[in-house]
Amino acid sequence: MIGITSIGAYIPRYRLTLEEIGKMWQVRGGPGEKSVAGYDEDAVTMAVAAALDCMKLNNNQADALYLATTTAPYKEKQSAALVAGAADLEKTAFTADFTNTLRAGTTAIKAAVDAIKSGSARNALVVASDCRIGAPMGRFEQLLGDGAAAIMIGTKEPIAMIEGVYSIFSDFTDYWRTERDSFIQSGEGRFLEEEGYMPIMTEAIHELMRKYSLRQKDFNKAVFYAADNRNHASLAKALGFDKSQVQDSFFTKIGNTGTAAAMIMLVAALEEANPGDRILFAGYGDGADACILRITENISRIKGTPVMEDRFARSVSIGYGKYLLWRDLIPVEASSLPERTEPSLATRWRERKTVRALYGVKCRRCGAPQIHPNGQRVRVCIACQEKDDFEDYKFSDKTGKLFTYAIDQLQPTKNPPGLNGVVDFDGGGRLICELTDYDLDNVETGMTVEMTFRKLYQGKGIVNYFWKAKPI
Amino acid sequence: MESIKDRVAIVGMGCTRFGERWDMGVEDLLVEAAYEAFEDAGIEPKDIQAAWLGTVFSGISAMTLAPLGLQYIPITRVENMCATGSEALRGAAYAIAAGVCDIALAIGVEKLKDSGQTGVKGPAIVGDNPDGSSAIGSGYSAPASFAYLGTRYFSHYNIDRDEGKRMLAEIAVKNHQHGSLNPKAHFHNILTVEQVMKAPIVAWPLGLLDCCGVSDGAAAAIVVRSDMAKSFRGDPIYIKGMAISAGARQGSMRQDYDYVHIDENVRASQQVYAQAGVKNPRKEISCAEVHDCFTAHELIVYEDLGFSPRGGAREDIFGGTFTLKGELPINTDGGLKCFGHPLGASGLRMLYEMYLQLQGKAGPRQVKNPRLAMTHNLGGNAGAGIGCCVIVGNEK
Repeated sequence: MIGITSIGAYIPRYRLTLEEIGKMWQVRGGPGEKSVAGYDEDAVTMAVAAALDCMKLNNNQADALYLATTTAPYKEKQSAALVAGAADLEKTAFTADFTNTLRAGTTAIKAAVDAIKSGSARNALVVASDCRIGAPMGRFEQLLGDGAAAIMIGTKEPIAMIEGVYSIFSDFTDYWRTERDSFIQSGEGRFLEEEGYMPIMTEAIHELMRKYSLRQKDFNKAVFYAADNRNHASLAKALGFDKSQVQDSFFTKIGNTGTAAAMIMLVAALEEANPGDRILFAGYGDGADACILRITENISRIKGTPVMEDRFARSVSIGYGKYLLWRDLIPVEASSLPERTEPSLATRWRERKTVRALYGVKCRRCGAPQIHPNGQRVRVCIACQEKDDFEDYKFSDKTGKLFTYAIDQLQPTKNPPGLNGVVDFDGGGRLICELTDYDLDNVETGMTVEMTFRKLYQGKGIVNYFWKAKPI
Repeated sequence: MESIKDRVAIVGMGCTRFGERWDMGVEDLLVEAAYEAFEDAGIEPKDIQAAWLGTVFSGISAMTLAPLGLQYIPITRVENMCATGSEALRGAAYAIAAGVCDIALAIGVEKLKDSGQTGVKGPAIVGDNPDGSSAIGSGYSAPASFAYLGTRYFSHYNIDRDEGKRMLAEIAVKNHQHGSLNPKAHFHNILTVEQVMKAPIVAWPLGLLDCCGVSDGAAAAIVVRSDMAKSFRGDPIYIKGMAISAGARQGSMRQDYDYVHIDENVRASQQVYAQAGVKNPRKEISCAEVHDCFTAHELIVYEDLGFSPRGGAREDIFGGTFTLKGELPINTDGGLKCFGHPLGASGLRMLYEMYLQLQGKAGPRQVKNPRLAMTHNLGGNAGAGIGCCVIVGNEK
């Protein structure tokens, strides 16, 4: 039976409180806060983090990766391939971007189910990630948050079976960005709810329930997308679900995370589900996708792993100025410090194994794992000088200790000062690299770190992704 | 293998005033340093039979030396990061020792301030493309790569932050004290320990005043066969040893490197001591110019070069061992810290000061009865460096 075999999510650690936004514009900021991708994060890096989180629970290598996002860093160039590279999938994995609609997440899930059904894939990893930006001083600025979720679809010991799916499309124009828009535009609120969201979602969900002869009481949890808390509550009421049956939207904790929103809610619902539970799951945007999930005994497999609340817990509030800077919403004075070296397409291609999944090598003669700090291929063993006798050795999944570090006021970064460190990996090997997501006051030699895929900087018009160390 | 000892002499030297030389281009700096050296040696430019030019950023190829107007002699441009000036000397000295020429010029230059940038961009590093692009593009600054040493030294020897900062500050204070006596130095201000400790942090534990000057400048040496030396002047100085030790990034890639010493420094100094017959450097070396690009590096250099025992630098720093009046004066001209650091010129600038000291011409900075003097550079940084040492003496 086809179902969900693993789940994962990633919520960036930074938060912007609505009060802080309100203070900026001298208006009343609502309650709550929104998650903000770090200065070195985007839809691709968050997707990588969610994908790796999902694959940690399930060692099955995905042979398909579908990425749902409306904020791909490139208009032309596939983001799914970037994510698949960092997640170290085989090159035969089938990759595709699902985009241009907030329904892309559920649409990708439906496509993944079809791929499994047809036999073209065995394990399809669906990742949804978004980093949408509302125009300053507007309501979307308060509403939108950043985050990612990942769901593995397959047949091997699913934690939840997919019992039924129902989709409709609609060309209702409610939220949009044209080719030239950086910010979201939308129609008038009540019109969108009364003529768009409510009738479309209600129809899809009612038709699904009718098709499978299910009633509201047959569901333990209803998980569905909404633009905001008001939409969310209105639909729950219209569908006739009791408050206790409705999955929290997390909008006051992380904001509306776009294509990832419904999947983040689903991951949280699954983390709390019990065998036999039935979950209604629906995504919205230019139509609606609804599906029925039935929890299996395998759900015990994910118990004891971090839950959504743990992901929310490790948060740090930032000021509005930092938010403007990180999202490139404000021009700043050019630095007189030396710039970073320009990335080279040819070098990045030649050293792709290191750039993508932080591969180094391990010497077959002396056993020393090693990686070059500039990504350069190792040809002669740094320990025993044997030439060209190595096996590949992955560092991106290893933890390490910070041997020494430097807090660098001169480093070109949007989050000064930069922090660089010498990381000694558990199991051997050393890398000098940048650190991220640290509390400067708590940085000390000996601290444990893990590796995370981030943007180093942009140069020559490309996003220069690489791995950084991050305190655990 | 024959030793280089006493086969090559230095009979003339020149050095420009270092600093923000808005008034001078690369060509002016080269001409100024070279002509001072020619005059000092009592020779004409046409007497030069071969030249080695060291620069990291300020030119490429022999054509950079064209402003001197030398007439169709062999000229080689060399680069070895911060050891570039010493590398130019090595090229010239080896040619003399090989007997393929009798009078050679070693000259180093750097013009950093015309870039309009604050600080120095790292040169193209291994793993980068020749056009300056790279696979990754590491973004850390030079101070950060030396801050690793300070942080680790404090942690390794269990030195608290305040004590550690104070120890580094003493080094900066000493070098400014020395440099204040030197009209050619970039800076002339005397610092206090408090000033250094309170200066804005650049890369903890290094503050602004723990970092050397970013300067323009040039320095030059006239190198001849030692048996000819006395025909040029009565007080030539002789090369007793020259060594370079280049790492292979062992420290950056292997966990057994401890970041409280630099193997490249240690090995270069051991080689040069062996060549010069030095058994106890602390006792036998009269004075030295070492690579104080950042105070944390001068700290470990004391130990790497065998001037202080491992972990013993702190005691020597607070005891004043390396001041002008101390047991072993170090960086008597102000060092990179106060004299300034035009990368390609620095090795030869160090030699210039040791030359003056050995000739008894160092004025208010004069060390008493020096016999052997030493220069030391580190190109690159901890974990991936080029250690370079030269010992010179005033007796053959």
